[in-house]
Amino acid sequence: MSPVIRCANVSKNFIMYHHFTGGIKNFLFHLPSAIRSMRSTRRTVLENVDFEIISGETVGIIGKNGAGKSTVLGLLAGVLLPSSGSVTVDGRVAPLLELGAGFHSLLSGRENIVLNGTLLGMLREEVNDKLEKIIEFSELEEFIDQPIRTYSSGMLARLGFSVAVNCNPDILLVDEVLAVGDDSFQKKCIKKMRWFKERGKTIVFVSHNIHEIKQVCDRVIWIEDKTIRMNDKSDKVLSQYEQNS
Amino acid sequence: MNRSTKYIIDLIIVLTAKEMKVRYKNNVLGYLWSVLQPLSFAMVYFIAFKIVMRIEMENYTLFLITGMFPWQWFANSMNEASRLFIFNESIIKKVNFPRNALVIASICNDGIHFILSIPVIFLFFFIYGVPMSINLLWYIPLLLILQFVITYGGSLFIATVNLFFQDMARLVPIFITFLFFLTPIIYSSDMVPDKYKHLVSLNPIAPLMVSWRNLFLNGQVDIQNIFITLLYSIIFLIIAQLTYKKLVWKFAEVL
Repeated sequence: MSPVIRCANVSKNFIMYHHFTGGIKNFLFHLPSAIRSMRSTRRTVLENVDFEIISGETVGIIGKNGAGKSTVLGLLAGVLLPSSGSVTVDGRVAPLLELGAGFHSLLSGRENIVLNGTLLGMLREEVNDKLEKIIEFSELEEFIDQPIRTYSSGMLARLGFSVAVNCNPDILLVDEVLAVGDDSFQKKCIKKMRWFKERGKTIVFVSHNIHEIKQVCDRVIWIEDKTIRMNDKSDKVLSQYEQNS
Repeated sequence: MNRSTKYIIDLIIVLTAKEMKVRYKNNVLGYLWSVLQPLSFAMVYFIAFKIVMRIEMENYTLFLITGMFPWQWFANSMNEASRLFIFNESIIKKVNFPRNALVIASICNDGIHFILSIPVIFLFFFIYGVPMSINLLWYIPLLLILQFVITYGGSLFIATVNLFFQDMARLVPIFITFLFFLTPIIYSSDMVPDKYKHLVSLNPIAPLMVSWRNLFLNGQVDIQNIFITLLYSIIFLIIAQLTYKKLVWKFAEVL
């Protein structure tokens, strides 16, 4: 099978933007030195990261805080460009947003579904067709016309997850968002991810929770020190990872 | 229409609808605020210039509101632009959607409020018994489009640059205030002393504001003003689009 995601020799470094965000004054007054230091002070986050993900695979990404996991997701979602190397993604990507990102607290659950679904790439009519399904999956029928500022964080996570999985993406990017839902909803999400898998969809799952990763992922990529430390079957990588931490 | 065009339109509609719903939520007076705001500014200037300083002008009230209403659209959009991307940080960092849709939605939102306030202008003309021209029918859409384009150019530039120089958000309100007093809104263009007249003509937004007022008051639009506005619009659009295209990939990094 051909890979749907291909990261070839990807490196990512960030320019230290404090030169800019320090304001125009600082930048202009120290123009030559600012430009010089801007060129030299880059922070490398990823170096020579190389992997492929085949259609229908569920791949976990683990690693310590700041190891570069979220940067990988950013590259896959297409919000970041690699500094060198290339990232190719075939198919529609739906990133699962953190707690209520893209939601507006004053709008109702229903209005937020339309807003979020559109941001994730659906047309309005597509969202409206799926509206009932999304509401049903979120189990928020009673509260759906309330402003979401009244929702608990678990309810927000449920709403966000429901939109993302029901917008029918080819590739789902999950960035530790499940932690806040209650047990039964977490189980449901895991079940939904399995369902996704059975339908040949690809999932990239970032988490600290080894248990969750074990449940859904076939393969795990372990990122440490800016690069891939291990890329193998879940059991293998996870047992190594556990020993290491 | 292919899917991506349709998607952009849907995205703009949804984002605009969101802005409109959110703006006056929990406000008792709701939409009335978009009329009350320019109207109260007009009243302040009326007190200062007509009652206290006794400016010599017929129908100064009409003169003020026909300038203030379109100005408020422009000024509000420009002021909102600077922090627009910062407010939407969480989605910009995660989802790859066209970011300029946020700018368009913000301008559409203010623009719709302006359009909804046009009947109030008509009401004032009716109260003062001043007749209005049929020309309004086709000139209003033309000026709306021109103002949209010129505001989009300015807003997109400000919104983009502010991510890299956050001082922008402080500069913009000051700049807009300067621009307000340098634009013939509370005074007319022929009150400007001859030796400063050329400065007014350098003001990119002045020809448009003068056009709005001439249109409402005389039912006429000076073609030269239209062309100058068009020219500025295109220049702004090109500068903004180039800046945006060059920097849009950095948005998720700097936020």
